[in-house]
Amino acid sequence: MHISPVLWQFLVKWLHASALFPAEASTIAPYTDALYFFLLAITLLGMVLVGALVAGFSFRYRKEKHPVAIQVEGSTLLEATWTIIPLALFLVTFVWGALLYFRIYNPPANSMNVYIVGKQWMWKAEHPGGQHEINALHVPMGRPVQLTMISQDVFHSFSIPDFRVKREVIPGRYSTVWFEATAPGTYHLFCTQYCGTKHSGMIGEITVLSPEDYTKWTQGSTSGMSLAQNGERLFASMGCNSCHSGNAAARGPNLAGVFGSKLQLANGSEVLVNEAYLRDAILNPSQHVTAGYAPIMPTYQGQVSEDGLIDLVEYIKGLQSNYRVQQTLTTSQSNQVAPTTPGMVKP
Amino acid sequence: MSASTSTILNLPDQTTATMPKRNYLNNEHGLLSWLFTGDHKRIAILYLISITFFFFVGGAFAGLIRLELLTPQPDLMASDTYNKMFSMHGIVMVFLFLVPSVPATLGNFLIPIMLGTRDLAFPKINLLSWYLYLAGGTFTLAALIFGGVDTGWTFTTPLSTHYLNTNVITAATAIFIAGFSSIFTGLNFIVTIHRMRAPGMTWFRMPLFVWAHYAASVLMVLGTPVLAITIVLVALERTIGIGVFDPTKGGDPLLFQHLFWFYSHPAVYIMILPGMGVISEVVSTFSRKRVFGYTAVAFSSVAIALFGFFVWAHHMFIMGVSNYSALVFSLLTMLVAVPSAIKIFNWAFTLQKGSITFETPMLYAFAFFGLFTIGGMTGVFLGALGMDIHLTETYFIVAHFHYVMVGGMLMAFMAGIHFWWPKMTGRMYPESFSKLSAVTSFIGFNLTFMPQFILGYLGMPRRYHAYPAEYQVLNVLSTAGATVLGVGFLLPLLYLTWSLKYGAIAGNNPWQATGLEWQIQSPPLTENFTEIPIVDHEAYDYEWLAHKTEQEVTTVG
Repeated sequence: MHISPVLWQFLVKWLHASALFPAEASTIAPYTDALYFFLLAITLLGMVLVGALVAGFSFRYRKEKHPVAIQVEGSTLLEATWTIIPLALFLVTFVWGALLYFRIYNPPANSMNVYIVGKQWMWKAEHPGGQHEINALHVPMGRPVQLTMISQDVFHSFSIPDFRVKREVIPGRYSTVWFEATAPGTYHLFCTQYCGTKHSGMIGEITVLSPEDYTKWTQGSTSGMSLAQNGERLFASMGCNSCHSGNAAARGPNLAGVFGSKLQLANGSEVLVNEAYLRDAILNPSQHVTAGYAPIMPTYQGQVSEDGLIDLVEYIKGLQSNYRVQQTLTTSQSNQVAPTTPGMVKP
Repeated sequence: MSASTSTILNLPDQTTATMPKRNYLNNEHGLLSWLFTGDHKRIAILYLISITFFFFVGGAFAGLIRLELLTPQPDLMASDTYNKMFSMHGIVMVFLFLVPSVPATLGNFLIPIMLGTRDLAFPKINLLSWYLYLAGGTFTLAALIFGGVDTGWTFTTPLSTHYLNTNVITAATAIFIAGFSSIFTGLNFIVTIHRMRAPGMTWFRMPLFVWAHYAASVLMVLGTPVLAITIVLVALERTIGIGVFDPTKGGDPLLFQHLFWFYSHPAVYIMILPGMGVISEVVSTFSRKRVFGYTAVAFSSVAIALFGFFVWAHHMFIMGVSNYSALVFSLLTMLVAVPSAIKIFNWAFTLQKGSITFETPMLYAFAFFGLFTIGGMTGVFLGALGMDIHLTETYFIVAHFHYVMVGGMLMAFMAGIHFWWPKMTGRMYPESFSKLSAVTSFIGFNLTFMPQFILGYLGMPRRYHAYPAEYQVLNVLSTAGATVLGVGFLLPLLYLTWSLKYGAIAGNNPWQATGLEWQIQSPPLTENFTEIPIVDHEAYDYEWLAHKTEQEVTTVG
């Protein structure tokens, strides 16, 4: 028998590429797949039921066999049955889905953090240790990784199908997602929110390394400056330290140890200081005045890039004492060191 | 089964059959008599012609999209062109085909007749709504001719406001105007149903088609203005930068999502509810049996309309809405699935103890059952919070809403067009060709969209111009299916046009259906009824019909 080469090639390809499910490469994936199979099962059940009813009745009550229809009003009992059973199944799905949602979106406390900046049409990953990647992300296996993500322009969405995680990357606010990879290898990274011309080119590769390889990679690819170090330079060059010096008489609140604390605001509300709060407070200070301070801080909207903000946030996050702040202040006031260009400290 | 034994066709003897001398089609002549008509039936025909035109325009875009996706490389067209293709496909299909499809054609034609009245409450507003639709369509075509628009049909900000240099304002104007056409149609239906029912036509004697349209009309009237507001805000943001959605000016980009989906989720029900109305009529007629649990089916339409307004944020589960609101919206989404399940089972049990025949409308209705069940169930996948994270924004969601919109709505529309074709034109469509087209579109549809569910679970994102090579096989299958589906939709265009002149003369009631529209001549008189009927029976009362036919035979014969 002769098979056309095109068709043959297609068949071979089909057999090779007939995966029905993506790889399970994170701790979350098996949980997502379990719910998926449950839902597939009830869909199949529903299909078979509806199909059997329609086919069975069509056969049994076709006109040739059943020339005169018997009129029936309805049946409260039957109707109640097919209200309650689907409702119960849907409620089970709801609870199961909600549990999975909280699992995917609540990172464990011990997770390491990587910052992601999305822009048309690339992904930038910034590791606290000063590794910068574009359209790539290296992560260690067996360790929870939290991504703190923001967009510089439009909506993007960070999706790793093999990990079953995805989260919208939004301009103007941090969003987070976490995963723990379980198998070394490379996996697709897609932008799944339509973001303009090269939307389908906004893709990348997630590389999962064994802990040893990861350590090697970290050492081999650092830029030499951690995010916090960049942040410190920015903090000084933008003059943040002149108010946030930690002195008793300073015009701005003390930032040492502020991360993770509960802060009393001038408008009476209490907030938890996290990354998002720090970012908002820099860009929109008049909305975030700490109780006891005057609303004199100018906005830095448009003056610091998202990368610069990440540096600042990372710096303030790790700030435990004001010793170096004051040191820098003294040196910069004595004009011994020229400030570097704001926001442009990184390659 | 063979066609000869299974038919319930009651066609007049073809040697003596004549079309009624006077009817709404030949009552007045000339183009102007159509363009200035106040007759709901003529407006329905005008709508039918225009939405068919836009359906094939939208279909052409779909064809080009599938052709591009035949290969993983971006080789047929440039990325910008591809983005314009899927944007125009969505805009045309949603706003210019799906939303007006059943209500503006079949609803317009049938609701006054089903209620036993001579026209809709506001005939001139009805005509205005067609002109608005046409204006909206013209602006869409203008946007297309001036170079297209690539926002996607969702107009996501800030992409649409700050980052695109295409005809966003023109397309937005089109949607704004077309929205008013839908508001006016809804308004007309609501007033007509409340105020103009024939004597004896109580709420619970109304056909379920009317109930479904009532529910959809409420959605149109309450939801569409929000879309209009949103579109205006996008236009203002784009032109003068008011900053409502712009985070650098203190705006909130998520606000746009809330406003947009507050209309666009109920819009899904605007599209599907009238289709469900069609299915109720068709299933009852070809089973020759009243709809099982009339009240449950009627109220499930209302329940869908009601719940439909409170589920919009399920489009935003991954966008950083608060966990609590995600919970609430997921729960409500599960609840809105229940009335649809009730309907499916009620229709299935309508068949029980019936006397069933399998003409084309019934085949399309069966296709609807299968495809809508899949569409509905996959909606539950997406409504489950954790599942949605993996599935949203992938081909899974594309497949899901095509199963609901094409598999559900379009199949229902085709069922309805075939079912009421004899009433609208006075002539039958050719049965064998139409059965072929029903089967062809069912097969083609599944071949097109079933692989997309798998693609979606594998992770292929929607709106991708190029994709990793491992997804090719499934995409080839999908494109092959789209070709078959295209044939399934082209066939009716041909044979229905043919039947206008050569179809068998239908007579008043070829299906032996119970609705008031079947008790008058086909095609109807301009005034529908020479005498306003007095309704003394419930909908789907086949005993009343049998009794009436018997009496006619004894008095005439």
